[in-house]
Order: sequence, then structure tokens, then C-alpha cells
Amino acid sequence: MLRLSVVKRWTGFKLRAELEAPTPGVVALFGRSGCGKTTLINILSGLLQPDEGRVELDGVVLTDTRQRVRVPAERRRIGYVFQDARLFPHLGVLGNLRYGMRRAPREGRSIGLEEVLALLGLEPLLGRRPYQLSGGERQRVALGRALLSQPRLLLLDEPLAALDAARREEVLPYLEALRDQLSIPMVFVSHQLDEVLRLATHVALMESGEILASGTLSDLSVRPEFRAIVGPEAVGAVLDGVVTQVDTANGMADVRIGRGTLHISAPNTRAGARLRIQLLARDLILATEPPRGLSVRNAVEGVITELSNDIGQAVLVKVDIGAGASVLARVTRNATAALGLRAGMTLWVLVKAVSARGHTYSAGEPRV
Amino acid sequence: MLSLTPAEMDALRLSLDVALRSVAISLPPAVLVAYLLARSRFPGVLALDALVHLPLVLPPVAVGYLLLVSLDSRSATGQWLLAHFGVALPFTTWGATLATAVMTFPLMVRAIRLALESVDRGLEAAARTLGAGPLDRFVSITLPLTLPGILAGLLTAFAAGLGQFGAVITFASNVPGVTRTLPLALYTAIQEPGGEAMAMRLAVLSIALGVLGLVLAELLARRVHRLLGR
Repeated sequence: MLRLSVVKRWTGFKLRAELEAPTPGVVALFGRSGCGKTTLINILSGLLQPDEGRVELDGVVLTDTRQRVRVPAERRRIGYVFQDARLFPHLGVLGNLRYGMRRAPREGRSIGLEEVLALLGLEPLLGRRPYQLSGGERQRVALGRALLSQPRLLLLDEPLAALDAARREEVLPYLEALRDQLSIPMVFVSHQLDEVLRLATHVALMESGEILASGTLSDLSVRPEFRAIVGPEAVGAVLDGVVTQVDTANGMADVRIGRGTLHISAPNTRAGARLRIQLLARDLILATEPPRGLSVRNAVEGVITELSNDIGQAVLVKVDIGAGASVLARVTRNATAALGLRAGMTLWVLVKAVSARGHTYSAGEPRV
Repeated sequence: MLSLTPAEMDALRLSLDVALRSVAISLPPAVLVAYLLARSRFPGVLALDALVHLPLVLPPVAVGYLLLVSLDSRSATGQWLLAHFGVALPFTTWGATLATAVMTFPLMVRAIRLALESVDRGLEAAARTLGAGPLDRFVSITLPLTLPGILAGLLTAFAAGLGQFGAVITFASNVPGVTRTLPLALYTAIQEPGGEAMAMRLAVLSIALGVLGLVLAELLARRVHRLLGR
């Protein structure tokens, strides 16, 4: 468990954050630039001291201003991957990788050089110097360097922000591999929804120095605070489902979500795998009767729990589809009136199989 | 030019010797002072800064004179040095070395301080998260990244040290083979009737030495920069 409750004041800025997150797992600090995400992980790392508060990781108190506990950053064993990689220019790739490894305690080493080289594809880079690496390669080396310091927690400060789309794709799969193959808890800072979708198991929404809400992505994605951060185009529920059946020939899969099952495009998956699906509010269709004669293959029954004003003349309808899962659908005010939509009403949510495609991500196996 | 007289050889050897010794003894304190000036916030920093730079703005003869009054055998410090270490600084090679070191100290400190100030503090923070304590960080990150500045400081101080005159002659006097370095020998030659030829040879020797130093400094700087990947 990661527990923190800290206050940090500057002129014109105040951070007041409380967070509890399960470990291991990947926590995303999600919010717009300047909301205090980096400040918060700097406090976690020990590079910055809070004015007041407490930081506890897996039962070890790292900071407690009341009891004057301040474990210095160099003894926290918290790895940190900076936005700008910060490789040491006077050392080669191998020298950088070894830097943290040499300083890690001998006992309890869980990850070795060979493993890191294989996991991050660093073998071909070993003979190079930092200035000879691309942005994506630099981040991978920085990641490896942090891992080899045998961290109890890994912090990532927008590790992909300085990279263009192609370079991001050079690093993201490695981060996913890390999450799925190692049991090192991670906290990463991001203002990009797609990174959060692909990596996070737990999300904390931040705004103006405060954590507005935290929880699983499926819980948070339907909340108003989340909508404000991602913007109107990306509003929609994110659901973690389990693949029940695979149609390899057509690249389709059945995914159990809530009470229903969605038949969606999902190449490269297998039965039993966990899939994360983003259902954009603008892609969903609502029907007051069981639909017939439509090309849409998916109809999930649910109950309206909330109607709220959306941008323009639109209304956001929140529908509980069972098993604790909710989706959001954007409909016009006219349609709302014509269908007589109101809270408590039972209806059917229609999802085009293809509209969920491209937003299906492996959410990683749950770890014990 | 190629065949130097014994007196000229002495002057050349002494100049190199004094300059070399002076940079060797000033390097550790220069790194320390540069670090304090670049990094620390204590109230005396301004005073320290002024003190270190004083030799740059004082007449060299005044520096030599101040050294003489504070260190000669009649002064308390001079007597203490003599009693405990058997060392008398005035009129000795070590005296010339000390005068040279004091004069070139600000040059060395400046170069190292500039390099220290340009070290990315973020790299030290990164080293911290990787488990490096303060001393470890200084030795493994800060110092290597300051290396170009340290080398530049060493070379500047060495080159300037070859030509120190006023402070040396005032504090250590002009003793052949002991404190008579190139510039002092040059000065002596000018003073002597018929010494013009020797003065010219010594001047040419000084120029050659200077050019050689500059070329070596440039080559070294390139190597270091390549090593740091810049």
C-alpha cells in the first residue's frame, strides 16, 4: 500500500494531496500540466520535502513531518525516470545502467542486468554514449538504470512527453511489459489519456494541487472531474472486461462487461485475457426497446442512473450496465425528450463492434 | 634558440617547476572555494569572493609585499613555520611558488566555478534517486562534469604562473637558480649592459612556451569534450 497525505506551499501555489493506492500496481497521476503532479512525485522520491505530511510505502514511513522522519532520497530506494531521461553524459550506456546497480544493497536483488537488457531491448545500445541515442532509446536506458537500482517503487514523470508519436510507441510496449512481468509498483505522471488507458491499474485525478478522486479507471472515467480533464471528444467510459471467446479468423472477441457481453474487434487476444475497452460517449446509441434488424451487434441492457448537461445541446446519459460498471452516452436534448429518458429507466445500449476497436488494451493480469 | 646557456636553462626549468608546483598546491583549495562560491549560500560568500579575487585587482608588488610582511622570519607566522617545519619561504623556490599560486588562484577558481555552475543539477538529483550520497554524487557526477573547467583552470593558471613577476620578485627576490624564473631572468638581462641578445632569446623562449601551452590546452579540451559527448 502506498499512503500519502502531504501539504506543500509556494507563493501562488498550494499542493494538498491525499492518496491511497494498492501495491504492486500502476498508479497514474492524471491531470493537466501545472496541477502539481511532478511536485507530488518529487515529494514521494524525497527530492522535495513537504511542509507537512506523511508518506508511507508498504509499511515503511519515508516522511513524517510530525515525527521528524525524513528518509533522504538516496536511501529511499525509489527509482525515478525523469521526463528528460537525465543520463549521465560522462558515462556510456553500460556505465549509466551500472550506476544504480552498484549502489543497491547486495541482499534482496530481484532484477539483474541480463533481465533488464532483455526486457528493454538494450543489448544493441550497450556500447553507445548517451548523445548517440534517440529520445526513445534514452528513456529506455533511463528506465533500465532505475530498475537496476532495485527500487521498491518506480516513479515516472511523463516519460513519454518529450517523444513524438513514433518514439512513444518505442517505449510504451516496454512499460507494459514492465508492469506485467515485474512486481515493482509504479507511479507515473501523465496528461495523456492513451498512456493512462494502456498502463494504469489505479488512477488519481489531479487539479490545482489537489487529488480530486482516485480509484480504478472504470470508476473514474464516468465521473465529471474526469470529463473535465480529458475534454469533450474523449468523454466515455473505460471498462475492464474479460475475454470469454475469441474468433481468430475475423479478429473478433467476446468480452464480458457488466452483465452483458460485447462482441468487438480485438486481434491478438486470447480467452481469459483482460481487455480494457474505451466506449466513447459519442459512439453509443440508446434504445428504449430491445433492438431488432440492426447491423449493430452489441446491445447491453442497463438502467439510467443520471442525466447531465453536456457541451452544446447534448445530454450525457449515465447507464448502469450491472456488476458495478457504467457507461456514458451522449445524446441530443431532442432525443432525450422524444424518448422520455429519465433516471431509473431501463434501456439498451448499442455499441458498434468497430467503434471499440483501437481502444482495446491489455490491462495486465491482476497480481497477488 | 636550441642551445640554451646554463643560466637560461635554469630560468626555464625554474619557471616550469614553480608554475607546476603552484597549480598543484592551488588545485584542491581552488575546487573547494569554487564549490563554496558556486553552491553555498552562507553569508560570508561575498567576502570570500572578494578575497579570492583581490590579487587580480591589486598591484602584484603589493601582493608580494603583503606576503612578505605576513610570512617573513620576523612575522609570527614566519617564525611559527620556521620553528615547526623548518621552512623559510622568502628567498626560496617554495616562496616563489606561493607568490605564483596566490596570483593565479583567482584564475583557477573562476574557471572551475563557471564549470560547476553549468553542471545540470538534475543529474545530481538523478544520482540521488539511484542511491548516491552527497560525497558520492560529488565524486561520481559533479567532479567529472566539471573536468573541462578544472583542466581549463589548471592550464590558465599554469600559463599565467610561468610569467609571474611582481609578486615573485618582491616576496622571493631574484636569486639565480632558486627564484630567478624566466621573467625575472629577462628583467635581469635587460638591466645588464650587453644583455639585449639574452633578453631577446628569453623573450622568444617565453613566446614558444606560451604557444605550446595554448596548443596543448586546445587539444586537451577537444578530447575532454568528445569524452563528454558534446
